[in-house]
Amino acid sequence: MIPVAFEYEVAESVDHAIELLGQHGDEAKLLAGGHSLLPIMKLRLAAPAMLVDLGRVNDLKYIRDEGDHIAIGAMTRHCEVERDQTLREHCGLLAYTASLVGDPQVRHRGTIGGSISHGDAASDLPSALLALEAEFVIRGPNGERTVRATDFFKDYLQTDLAPDEVLTEIRVPKLGSNTGWSYQKFNRRAQDWAVVGACAVVERSNGSISTARIGLTNMGSTPLRATAAERALSGADAGSIADAVQNADEGTSPSSDVAASAEFRRHLARVLTRRAVEQAVSR
Amino acid sequence: MRRIQMTVDGRGHIAEVEPRLLLLHHLRENLGIGGVHWGCNTTNCGACTVLMNGESVKSCTVLAVQADGAEITTVRGIMENGLWHPVQQAFHETHGLQCGYCTPGMIMASVSLLKENPEPSEQEIREALEGNLCRCTGYENIVKAVQMAAPYVRRSEPVAAS
Repeated sequence: MIPVAFEYEVAESVDHAIELLGQHGDEAKLLAGGHSLLPIMKLRLAAPAMLVDLGRVNDLKYIRDEGDHIAIGAMTRHCEVERDQTLREHCGLLAYTASLVGDPQVRHRGTIGGSISHGDAASDLPSALLALEAEFVIRGPNGERTVRATDFFKDYLQTDLAPDEVLTEIRVPKLGSNTGWSYQKFNRRAQDWAVVGACAVVERSNGSISTARIGLTNMGSTPLRATAAERALSGADAGSIADAVQNADEGTSPSSDVAASAEFRRHLARVLTRRAVEQAVSR
Repeated sequence: MRRIQMTVDGRGHIAEVEPRLLLLHHLRENLGIGGVHWGCNTTNCGACTVLMNGESVKSCTVLAVQADGAEITTVRGIMENGLWHPVQQAFHETHGLQCGYCTPGMIMASVSLLKENPEPSEQEIREALEGNLCRCTGYENIVKAVQMAAPYVRRSEPVAAS
């Protein structure tokens, strides 16, 4: 349970990190809080030759109210997202979801940017960021670009990040008074990964749902949107939610493992989506 | 090798370490602090919990080089004025342990909790100790220990030994 030997550099800034990544190509990995990367290195499922530590880049640690959205520096830790008053007031889904990641020790070290860059479909934050239609700011040698969360997660542990790029900021919308949210995480033991999770962000209008956005955790190789259920929920009222979510698992490809069969995961996706939407419309 | 310095239980230490050395092994093997327990080594059990700059972390999932410049507190460093920390004394009073393997981690996770939430409910205590496994006690007396310690920590008073 000791990682393969590697070289280690401390990045002094984002630009320095990009430079170091450029020198070492895909032999290098960025180290944020290390709570996804170090466990897989200890299991020797990953053996990067070089770690570039972003831990001292204080410019990436912030949560800012930017008027219509909230900007979160990639090195902001889960415990800070969980407690931040601006997020709790205007984007409660993200603060709440961060509070369910791992355990307190993990949340004291793990970062929002690290979790997203790891791109694990079983982790909680990506599906919340999908349902929120978050945007990610990415910096590389040729400057900065912005990617929608929907376009970011490509395949199992694969994201849109190039080997010499750094995720620097996460932008989430401020939710208005007609917007409700919920995250329903199902697991068997404390501290476990979600067997399945469902996030709902629901816009209400005159007693019915105008739009619903659903993010699913652990229902395939990437975090997913439940687009068929989203379409069916448009115009639904409290009495028709249960029918509208019957296809919440459409387009998913859950795996079977020790925690659950694929069939049970599909069942959970429907049940948890219903519970999430029901809670979202009522708050 | 990389030169690092950190303050551990109030004393400064400088060392040359391999980047892959875990904080856990640095504390146990280089600094001889056996009170940091080596449990699962997979970020699950919490036996290796220490405070890093005042907050609980699992030292098996922190590289020693990441802790360069940090202030580390282990179970050895929390006595005050020669008396046990209220959380230590409360674990003793309520018998919040059987074999004791999880105890240093439980104590450090509880110290961290009471800094962040000085008046936790029973449910909050249970959730805050989610990252610490005890295979003996069933947790009942551990929760009681934290409940007992909380008011003493708030008043910065030692728990009287019974």
